[in-house]
Amino acid sequence: MKFLARFAQNRGALIGLIILVAIILMAILAPLVFPESPWRMVQRPFLPPLEQDGFPLGTDTMGRNVASGLMHGAWVSLLIGLVSTTVALAIGVPLGAIAGYYGGLIDDALMRFTEFFQTIPNFALAIVLVAIMQPSVTSIVLAIALVSWPPVARLVRAEFMSLRHREYVEAARLVGQGDLTIILRQILPNTLSPIIVLASLMVATAILLESALSFLGLGDPNVMSWGYMIGAARTVIRQAWWLSFFPGVAILLTVLSLNLVGEGLDDALNPKLARERQ
Amino acid sequence: MKTPLALAITAAAMTATSAVAQEPQYGGVIDTVIQPEPPGLVLGMIQNAPTRTVAGNIYEGLMRYTTDLEPIPQLATEWEVSDDGLTWTFHLREDVTWHDGETFNAEDVVFSADVFHRDLNPSARAVLQHIESIEAIDDYTVEFTLTEPFGPFPLSFEAGTFTMVPEHIYAGTDFRNNEANNHPIGTGAFKFDEWDRGTVIKLVKNEDYYEEGLPYLDGINWHIIPDGASRAIAYENGTVDVLPYGTVENFDIPRLTEMDNTCVTEEGHEYFSPFAMLWMNNREGPTADKRFRQAVMYAMDREFARDVLWNGLGKVPLGAFGSNAKFQNDDLEPYDHDPEKARELLDEMGYDGEEVRLLPLPYGETWTRWAEAVQQNLREVGIEVTTEATDVGGWNQRLGEWDFDLAFTYLYQYGDPALGISRTYLSSNIEKGSPWNNVEGYENEKVDELFNEAATAYPEEEREALYHEVQEILQEDVPVGWLLELGFPTVYRCDVKNLVTSGVGVNDSFKDTWLDR
Repeated sequence: MKFLARFAQNRGALIGLIILVAIILMAILAPLVFPESPWRMVQRPFLPPLEQDGFPLGTDTMGRNVASGLMHGAWVSLLIGLVSTTVALAIGVPLGAIAGYYGGLIDDALMRFTEFFQTIPNFALAIVLVAIMQPSVTSIVLAIALVSWPPVARLVRAEFMSLRHREYVEAARLVGQGDLTIILRQILPNTLSPIIVLASLMVATAILLESALSFLGLGDPNVMSWGYMIGAARTVIRQAWWLSFFPGVAILLTVLSLNLVGEGLDDALNPKLARERQ
Repeated sequence: MKTPLALAITAAAMTATSAVAQEPQYGGVIDTVIQPEPPGLVLGMIQNAPTRTVAGNIYEGLMRYTTDLEPIPQLATEWEVSDDGLTWTFHLREDVTWHDGETFNAEDVVFSADVFHRDLNPSARAVLQHIESIEAIDDYTVEFTLTEPFGPFPLSFEAGTFTMVPEHIYAGTDFRNNEANNHPIGTGAFKFDEWDRGTVIKLVKNEDYYEEGLPYLDGINWHIIPDGASRAIAYENGTVDVLPYGTVENFDIPRLTEMDNTCVTEEGHEYFSPFAMLWMNNREGPTADKRFRQAVMYAMDREFARDVLWNGLGKVPLGAFGSNAKFQNDDLEPYDHDPEKARELLDEMGYDGEEVRLLPLPYGETWTRWAEAVQQNLREVGIEVTTEATDVGGWNQRLGEWDFDLAFTYLYQYGDPALGISRTYLSSNIEKGSPWNNVEGYENEKVDELFNEAATAYPEEEREALYHEVQEILQEDVPVGWLLELGFPTVYRCDVKNLVTSGVGVNDSFKDTWLDR
């Protein structure tokens, strides 16, 4: 309860959460509100918003319903954001934990490996990876995960380094617990709060990355995503502003809400820091 | 009071002034765009449309063609045919030099036709199989001996089919890996200058061009602007003066044509009559079943594609022969948009939902949107389609390796079925490595026989009967999907004169083009 109360104290976080829930609802309700595929050409092309019932956001270059695309796109964007973040955590957390816990040569080796990824600009690497693997949801998720795990690894490593000599860890070792148990059951739970905060921000970055890739034409050609909608509408922006405007606003709101929620989580999980800030 | 003499002088002066205004002006560099960036510039070795457009200025053929597809002299000054129609003698110009200064002669013709194109160029091969021998009689006379009369033979000397390439550079080398491919050497009015990859291909005036007083322009810059909207803007803000067909998105054309000093022409593709098709892999997968291919034809809403994606330009074809091609059979059963019928056919064949892969043509937004529309059409009748996007190189490679189920393309028809149409269906034209031959892998002995017979039949009525029969078989078998006869407008500033002077449009040389400014 305390956690929720602390979270609610941050008004921004609350607003963020409301927006986020709305977007999640949009994603879940998409198949119910628009049972037809968003790719279906249902009306005359370039229908402006609010001109016809059932097409509140108008239609695109081929007469596809923009509102339908937006709702189905929410699903794709959130899915890619969540899955790629999970994959990134699955790579980053173990690497960081091992490096931070053992230190020494192992740490050196793992950190040099991490730095290797960090020296290549994220987006450039993602483009190369998607181009090599052929654009598909799987390759995009993998590419985003592969470019976004290094910060996780570094964060987890730092946490582990500061925690590994704490008394409770020494105590656990004295009782005879093995390394794996100590890592998983003693230290990791204590590093969770910064990881959760970081993860919420990573979801936002992943959504942006996916949109940017789709915008460049490197999206999965089989799924309707927001980035694709903007990318396809870019060439007709002078004839039909609404085609890029609405998905753009959707991306903006999603990323903003995730950032706000992330900050709220940070406050709620680190009450001391939050109080200092005030 | 004016005397008759003064009047006469005034009149003469006026004629002189207007004559001056008509007189072509020298100088100026024309800026235009090419989309997408061609993979290379050696015509014949590479057949992508953008290659032809740029390289049509560098290379030449023995003849050119008017918009009525009548041959006119180019590298050959005149030609005669023996009475039996079997021996064609070409007399070459004697004042032609290659861009590197070597003299162009009969050896180059023999090498180009008999060796270079035989090896590399599927559309030339379709002609070569009717040729018994190609011989240089003397330095400037070449004799082609046919095995039998071949109706479209005089149409096959356009630069893209029998491009003249320099024998002294290519003979005895590995053509595809020859150094000179990076710096193409031709006989045309413009020389290759530089290619800044991803930015611009520059051609400069050939000062030693053999045609007196030509060309008028100092050079041509083919800008490479990968984004359709940016290409339209480049025209609007004056960076480029000519938008060759296919370089701006169709929905931009109405806006552009409303600008001052802007002209549009649909002329200039009579020879090519570009025909958009959907390759369907006849070898394996669901597409190997004729009923599946028919279902695809019924499932596609081709009128929608024309009206929405191509702004109503172009014609929905009846079958394998375009309306610009000779010998179209009008009595064929058309494939109307009929999803119900498509579903029935799929049920009948027992289609189990096996996934088919669709390769869009990477030539810009319109083609991407088109693939999306077809994908949706097919999904609506229950066909599982996944789209696999590639770049131009990847597309060429995938088709050449037969690694596809469905793929977009468009092919030129070259004015005669024996040149532009039969090559897609003849089983002798199945060969890995090229995306322009019988890629779909269709094999039908009867069709082979009819096409081969029709190519050499005489007179025209005989050919017509054979072609009508072959169209009936093709209509039933649907070796490929027939999408649209493309209407390709060229948008240009009205002060660019003589832009389209022949039946190959901007793919021909810009040698007669001049700027009235």
